[in-house]
Amino acid sequence: MNKSLKVLQPSEMIAGSTNRTDAWWKEPLLVVMVLGGFAIYATWAALQNKHYFVAPYLSPFYSPCLSANCADCTLPLIGKWWNLSPAFLILWVPGGFRATCYYYRKAYYRSFFGSPPGCAVRDVSKSYKGESAFPFILQNIHRYFFWMSLVILAFLWWDALHAFKFEGKFGVGVGSLVLTGNAVLLSLYSLSCHSCRHIAGGGLDVFSKAPARHRMWKTFTKLNENHQLFAWISLFGVALTDVYVRLLSMGVIKDFRII
Amino acid sequence: MAASNFTFRVWRGDKSGGNFVEYAVESEEGMVVLDCIHKIQATDAGDLAVRWNCKAGKCGSCSAEINGKPRLMCMTRMSTFEPGATITVTPLKTFPILRDLVTDVSFNYEKAKQVPGFKPGKKEADGTYRMQQEDIDRVQEFHKCIECFLCQTVCHVIRDHEDNKEAFAGPRLFVRYASLEMHPLDTNDRVALLKEKQGLGLCNITKCCTEVCPEHIKITDNAIIPLKERVVSQYYDPVAWLLRKVRGKKTEAAE
Ligand code: SF4
Ligand code: SF4
Ligand code: FES
Ligand code: FES
Repeated sequence: MNKSLKVLQPSEMIAGSTNRTDAWWKEPLLVVMVLGGFAIYATWAALQNKHYFVAPYLSPFYSPCLSANCADCTLPLIGKWWNLSPAFLILWVPGGFRATCYYYRKAYYRSFFGSPPGCAVRDVSKSYKGESAFPFILQNIHRYFFWMSLVILAFLWWDALHAFKFEGKFGVGVGSLVLTGNAVLLSLYSLSCHSCRHIAGGGLDVFSKAPARHRMWKTFTKLNENHQLFAWISLFGVALTDVYVRLLSMGVIKDFRII
Repeated sequence: MAASNFTFRVWRGDKSGGNFVEYAVESEEGMVVLDCIHKIQATDAGDLAVRWNCKAGKCGSCSAEINGKPRLMCMTRMSTFEPGATITVTPLKTFPILRDLVTDVSFNYEKAKQVPGFKPGKKEADGTYRMQQEDIDRVQEFHKCIECFLCQTVCHVIRDHEDNKEAFAGPRLFVRYASLEMHPLDTNDRVALLKEKQGLGLCNITKCCTEVCPEHIKITDNAIIPLKERVVSQYYDPVAWLLRKVRGKKTEAAE
């Protein structure tokens, strides 16, 4: 035991921002790379305004395609005057859904804002009001993005169904499976949402009076336990689906027909 | 694991100041950090202050920060460290220090006093209350809390921003609020209080409370987020508000 130490203030008990000795910074770093990489790719892909359709496959970044200028128009809600990429007409819905998602909030508050960068690691900023003040108080609209995302999801299932129709005949290509897989993953992500769980029955105090909602709540609760996992795999899913359609359309790869 | 040697860096001091003091400890098979602290007390430092009680992870007294992580000393096995390692032990950062590893956790008791208590509604005709198992299942998880306050000390809202203490109940208390708010018999409404005075909006759901909870209570997913959703229904959702008006219900839970 060594004595004769200089006197430190209790506030100096923690050297630097943390006394943690493990590699706590790995996780936020990984999130910055993956989430940042996805945001860059999605913006780039949306700006391209080409190579998003190759019959019968439509990239999820461009679905539903709502402008009359679309390579494959789902619903011509917007006339020919729209000459920007049609992706921008809809991408704000899934974008807003993910940006206000309770899981992604955790991920980016930690890794992009450093509040906190890791558990028991000091916050980067000096003052903090969290989600009680502007801008983050806006996160409270998440459930509206959830409803809107369900509409988009319905179109993605429609696209997946169409991906089995080759010149009017039933067929199965690798792309059909890719689009279906994407719709499945996005469904798992959307239905495991915390707001969905709440709307289903989480707001009730007496389940026994509403057995149907109780059953729904239990089902969504099961899904919700894996929300983080679904958030990541569906993110990769949707990006890879776009990559697949893009490479097909550019002629870099060929679609393998199974049936 | 045979006996191994460790160096303990233990914070010694009180509110006027202190420093780390190093102790060499030989740890036997099966020992936990609290055993090592007791060994230091028995050999080198009879005056080392430490709070503990059950040594079974159930009383919540022995909370400290071990290598920077808030943990129960009695539940942290020495076999999880490399032999020869240096282990830093400090008191909980968020609360005022009394001496050595002991802090004054009365902040939590003050916040607990502000929780409006359980208020059951009218009794049934036969003079009793009835509730179904499925109505109470959800809140059982919250009753596992041992009040170790590890979640409170790790929460950056107050850990790093002293000025938020006034208006923030903290995760342990959000667990308590959730257990009452979701109770099938309770009639008190704490949603406004949570939003206005207890700082639910300050929480940014970064889940450190959940990560450190020794009872594995899913604090963020099962208590905080559902409470935030109730606040949304009451304050930020015009459709939910309209539906309540039309149906003549005051709160969402009463639907
Ligand atoms: S999830 Fe909220 S209450 Fe829990 S530690 Fe993080 S900010 Fe604090
Ligand atoms: S909720 Fe968990 S971490 Fe918080 S005081 Fe209770 S047992 Fe401890
Ligand atoms: S989508 Fe993640 S919580 Fe709603
Ligand atoms: S001594 Fe009781 S929890 Fe550690």
